[in-house]
Amino acid sequence: MSSVTDTSETTHSASHDVHDPHLHDEVKVELSPDFLAQADKIVSKYPVSKRSAVMPLIYLWQDNFGYVSQQGVRWIAQRIEIQPINVMEVLTFYPMFRQHPVGKIQFKVCRTLSCALAGSYETCEFLRKKCGITEIDEHGLGVSDDGKFSVEFVECLASCGTGPVVMINDDLYEKVDTSKAQELLNKVS
Amino acid sequence: MPAPAEMRIVLKNIDKPGYTRDIDCYLKHGGYEELKKAIAMAPADIIAEVKASGLRGRGGAGFPCGVKWGFIDPKKNTKPVYLICNADESEPGTFKDRQIIHKEPHQLIEGMIISCFANNVKLAYIYIRGEFPYGAKILEEAIEEARAHNFIGTNILGTGYDLEIYVHRGAGAYICGEETGLIESLEGKRAYPRIKPPYFPAVLGLYMCPTIVNNVETLCDVKHIIKMGGAEYGKLGRPNNTGTRVICVSGDVEKPGYYEFETGKITMGELIYEVCGGIKGGKKLKAIIPGGSSAKIIRAGEVFKVKEKQADGSMADKEIKLEDVILDFDSLAAIGTMAGSGGVMVMDETRDITRCLANLSEFYAHESCGQCTPCREGAQWMKKITRRIATGEGRAADVPLLKSVADNIAGKTICAFGEACSWPVQSFLAKFKDEFDAKAAAGTGPVVRPVEPTMSAPKGSAAYKAAKEPVIAG
Repeated sequence: MSSVTDTSETTHSASHDVHDPHLHDEVKVELSPDFLAQADKIVSKYPVSKRSAVMPLIYLWQDNFGYVSQQGVRWIAQRIEIQPINVMEVLTFYPMFRQHPVGKIQFKVCRTLSCALAGSYETCEFLRKKCGITEIDEHGLGVSDDGKFSVEFVECLASCGTGPVVMINDDLYEKVDTSKAQELLNKVS
Repeated sequence: MPAPAEMRIVLKNIDKPGYTRDIDCYLKHGGYEELKKAIAMAPADIIAEVKASGLRGRGGAGFPCGVKWGFIDPKKNTKPVYLICNADESEPGTFKDRQIIHKEPHQLIEGMIISCFANNVKLAYIYIRGEFPYGAKILEEAIEEARAHNFIGTNILGTGYDLEIYVHRGAGAYICGEETGLIESLEGKRAYPRIKPPYFPAVLGLYMCPTIVNNVETLCDVKHIIKMGGAEYGKLGRPNNTGTRVICVSGDVEKPGYYEFETGKITMGELIYEVCGGIKGGKKLKAIIPGGSSAKIIRAGEVFKVKEKQADGSMADKEIKLEDVILDFDSLAAIGTMAGSGGVMVMDETRDITRCLANLSEFYAHESCGQCTPCREGAQWMKKITRRIATGEGRAADVPLLKSVADNIAGKTICAFGEACSWPVQSFLAKFKDEFDAKAAAGTGPVVRPVEPTMSAPKGSAAYKAAKEPVIAG
């Protein structure tokens, strides 16, 4: 984990307002040499246009810090010499990018037809209940009060022949009915 | 007559016992021999072989691959040419690319290198969907292995040809499967599909340079075309539908999965009842979506009138049952649907068809990129109307209303997503009008709920619970 020492973060972390007055401030952040080396490697894959690195840099930040804060937006923008708004437009477009913290253990249940036919709605309801999720946001994401779990419906995960499928963080599990969901919960908890 | 046996070319080594995805195993099974053969050929000859093979793109549109490549005139073009492998596999019902990427990544990479060499590409990207994090890692490892063997990098196999291939991860947006949206995404922007013309990225693509975008399966096929020769490959299948095709079956069948057949040699009936072991639990068939979720649905028991070419060249009308429909581009197009991405979704007699459509409409509402008004708004309306019909909150007028919304999207948008989201609605309503009418008429009518329930009602309150939308199961 890299250390982050931007004091403006505490005042603005709750806001996802693109009109952040600090959006163009110099980013005072200490990132580990390893993080910076990874960022350099990412940018080197796009010799024609550094802007192309925006998605992988968002992933890099998110993988390290759990979500992309406004500070992250500013840092990425400066690293590849684009405007913060150009990072924001990408960050807000793609469903897998996060602007807020989610659970340490993330369940993504496939919602689309083949999985729904195989019972993914039951699986998702079961996981929400077992993880103590009472509230879901406008994108269908629910986070448990202790921040340990998040459960969300996602669209097709491209494993339609083995539905219902569930991703737990980066791992894909097949044929997850409610009893297998319980087993998986026991395993990851 | 028994169903023809699978003909595995692309999937030949997939799931073979003891077969691993590393380069040593691939080389042991004859891997990269076609690259060595191709790299000794003139690029124009490789393109000629692909043209001769009749290979049509396996992503969904079925556009001839050699023609796509041929749009770039090496004599006139002064810009760099890019190649992008579309590994954004996201059409619901399709799960073939995942198998190839996870189990034999070098087949794809070899096909890509040959295709890059043929088109004088020095920089190529694999755009892989965000939901395949391991797939991306596997491909990156495979690229490094190939580099260590001098199949990628500078002066490949001593020929003086240089090529770099990089992996670029998407982040969960279906629209990135649309090739111009994919290019915008790779340029670091929102995946808004580009206005046509130009119709093909081969004219103006990545960084405003000629770009070839091909599906994973298509690029794998290129390797086998080099191996067999274009003319020989073109003898597989049927005229205009050559080679093999990976078909993915999901839904209510006994044995869902991925299968590879010589194109046009298997019928729908053989696929469902023999290869896939029939409908699950001995139930009866209700409906099939034959080519990914945007393909128009067909109803069990349907009989189609098609034109058939006679021996003397004249056309005659012929009646054909659903079970006898051949699974290829042209045969499925002739009955008013499409082979698309090869994803066959099967629904049994117990399924509530209104709920199935509500599910798909929710998918399209979620995935509209929001660029064109008819699609952005229409997809949301279709989601809301199908949802209320499906959950018993509809009214009789909803069915014609839904149809009119769908009829006003297709053809009025920048990209084919407009068609993709309205075809399911139009076809479900046409084929199952009786069920939609009955369910809508029996409904309570729309129930008024506060907008933005999570914002207007306190968490845990009765109003909050009442505001939650009803759950729809398949």
